[in-house]
Amino acid sequence: MITAVHLRVFFVLSSVLSVSSEVLRLMHEFNEPLVTAWQLVAGADARLAGIVLLSLRVSLSATLIACVAGMPIGALLAVGRFPGRRALIVLFNGLMGLPPVVVGLLVYLLLSRAGPLGQFGLLFSPTAMVIAQAILVTPIVAALTRQVIADAWSEYREQLRSLGASRPRAAATLLWDGRFSLTTAALAGFGRAIAEVGAVMIVGGNIDGVTRVMTTTIALETSKGDLPLALALGCILIALVLSINALAYALRAWAQRRWG
Amino acid sequence: MITRRLFCSTLAAIGILSATASDAQERFITVASTTSTEQSGLFGHLLPLFENASGITVRVVALGTGQALDMARRGDADVVFVHDKAAEEKFVAEGFGVKRQEVMYNDFVVIGPKADPAKAHGTNGKDILEGLRRIEATKSPFVSRGDKSGTHAAELRYWKAAGVDLDARKGAWYRDTGSGMGPALNTAASMNAYVLADRGTWLSFRNRGELGIIVAGDTKLFNQYGVILVNPAKHAHVKQADGQKFIDWMVSPEGQKAIADYKIGGEQLFFPNAKR
Amino acid sequence: MNAWLKLQHLGLTEGGTRIIDDASLSFAARRTVVLGPNGAGKSTLLRLIHGLLRPSAGELRWQRAMTQAMVFQRPVMLRTTALANVIYGLGLKGHAAKECEQRGRQALARVGLESLARRPARLLSGGEQQRVALARAWALEPELLILDEPTASLDPASSREVERIIGDIAASGARILMTTHNLGQARRIAEQIVFIDRGCIVEQTPVEQFFTMPRTEAAQRFLKDEIP
Repeated sequence: MITAVHLRVFFVLSSVLSVSSEVLRLMHEFNEPLVTAWQLVAGADARLAGIVLLSLRVSLSATLIACVAGMPIGALLAVGRFPGRRALIVLFNGLMGLPPVVVGLLVYLLLSRAGPLGQFGLLFSPTAMVIAQAILVTPIVAALTRQVIADAWSEYREQLRSLGASRPRAAATLLWDGRFSLTTAALAGFGRAIAEVGAVMIVGGNIDGVTRVMTTTIALETSKGDLPLALALGCILIALVLSINALAYALRAWAQRRWG
Repeated sequence: MITRRLFCSTLAAIGILSATASDAQERFITVASTTSTEQSGLFGHLLPLFENASGITVRVVALGTGQALDMARRGDADVVFVHDKAAEEKFVAEGFGVKRQEVMYNDFVVIGPKADPAKAHGTNGKDILEGLRRIEATKSPFVSRGDKSGTHAAELRYWKAAGVDLDARKGAWYRDTGSGMGPALNTAASMNAYVLADRGTWLSFRNRGELGIIVAGDTKLFNQYGVILVNPAKHAHVKQADGQKFIDWMVSPEGQKAIADYKIGGEQLFFPNAKR
Repeated sequence: MNAWLKLQHLGLTEGGTRIIDDASLSFAARRTVVLGPNGAGKSTLLRLIHGLLRPSAGELRWQRAMTQAMVFQRPVMLRTTALANVIYGLGLKGHAAKECEQRGRQALARVGLESLARRPARLLSGGEQQRVALARAWALEPELLILDEPTASLDPASSREVERIIGDIAASGARILMTTHNLGQARRIAEQIVFIDRGCIVEQTPVEQFFTMPRTEAAQRFLKDEIP
């Protein structure tokens, strides 16, 4: 006699089987991109190298600008006392979720020949991409910096004021003192920059050899239906982001041991 | 201090990385074109030939025809190379373009599930209007670009000519995706839907799934490409001389031969037809 | 004795709670220790005098402006060397780099940490960090040094060393104003004891008298509870 338990076992077994065949299919689907990715890297493809370098260059420049602008803003928001400070904190926290496409569109309209900065002819250049990403990333860096510095400020405030540090001076001191913790803010910004496609696509135009970066290449290959190649590039992008994060983590750990 | 030095040198390295790769001052023009010319690989074949002949680099921004023309209206391109005759003529009439010149044509094809549930293939697979009518009659899924591209404009013309009033008949079967040719094909492949595509993009498209060509070869499916120099009278910075050189080369025997020579899997994608 | 600081009806209210209530007091002694149970308002009083807090009532009357420095219960060290930590305060006062370096080294030598000048400050032991904090304060050559329970989180050996340094700073001419829970320490350091309880100044008494026969019942209870 077939009992309810038998039926259950049968049901579980059959679902396990169907799941495992699905897993096999997926493994095959993800295996091809990994092989392709490895071939691209091992073959030291010059075009790929150009695309990767441009991605790094654009996103690192944007992150650098965002740090130079965003970190002092974040520190002053943490340390300062001025009217509108709370509103600014809410604003910067909110701007962390700025949609890349909107930023791209705004920068496009700004840099377009018909726009206010049209005469510089910056549209469809890496510079335009750096500008768009810097705008996108600055609020992230500023908001995260504010959190880090606000924590430090609550610990240091009395000591620094006792020594006679003005608030801007205290902000500068805390920025330097928190330099290793702030790598997290910079990395979050960099991660956002290198992973975004909406803004660079619009202001860069995805021009082959000029403004084509990893994410726009992935978008292009996806739209050409070359999903394995798109996924392979995606793997390389992820590997790149992971290794930069690992590097920063190692630096931070070293700094922690070195400076406490 | 060691850390300070390390910190500063890291910053400097990033700075140098950003600075060294500053845009090289090269001679270039910007061409606003369509995804079909870029993604089919035609530009990858043509542009090196032109660059060798002229020393002018061509930077292609690939968009839908409507977007490409808008971009040129704003003055962000020197030349437009698109495929929507009516829109192109309007562009010239408005004074944004100097003159429209025909360069080449390819053709549209109706892509759909090989099983062809709507029987859109008909008797000989050549009647685009009958094919569309059958798709609508069976409410078979159809993916529309919906992005004001040349292909989208053509699709709307075909529906009208087929006597299908889309505004009245549109339903869940008609998927307005607002996307480029490639994404629209990806959508169609995943939904097993019909879609109107240009042959070049279809031939270079890899994620075909169960899709195949259902209707092709109708003379109505003829898709003409035109090239226009953006009017320097509207936008003074337009690189008139170099842009004109590009246009002249495209319609020259040399350029026309290069177009005819471009093949995928032995199949010619674009047919030069510049008037001399 | 001439009072260098007078508190006149000083009060601090925070969130409806009176932390310091109508405190009037004259400071004339060179070394004053403020005693009182936890939460009595000792630290708050020190912060009001140092200027870290602004009184909500009354005022502070200084005989003349005095340079001050403050050492806290837990030393705050910047992520840099011990020497750079000492120099930081001097730099803020606008001294030239060379002078800062010289005075910083001198201050570290006085607290017996010259050999650790180049060590990362945060990796020093708690006692060493507190000595760096004392050096940082001392380098400013304050006329008034305020210390808020400077040995509360230190072991006995470190406490003795810190006490020794406080004595040296006092001997170099600075006035000392501090709090502690260590009554033996209070007795060793203070000339005058100020006893406060629940935000009120209860009594101000010369040190020997305070420990032998305090004037108020509250102080008597305090001493009995603290020394079993």
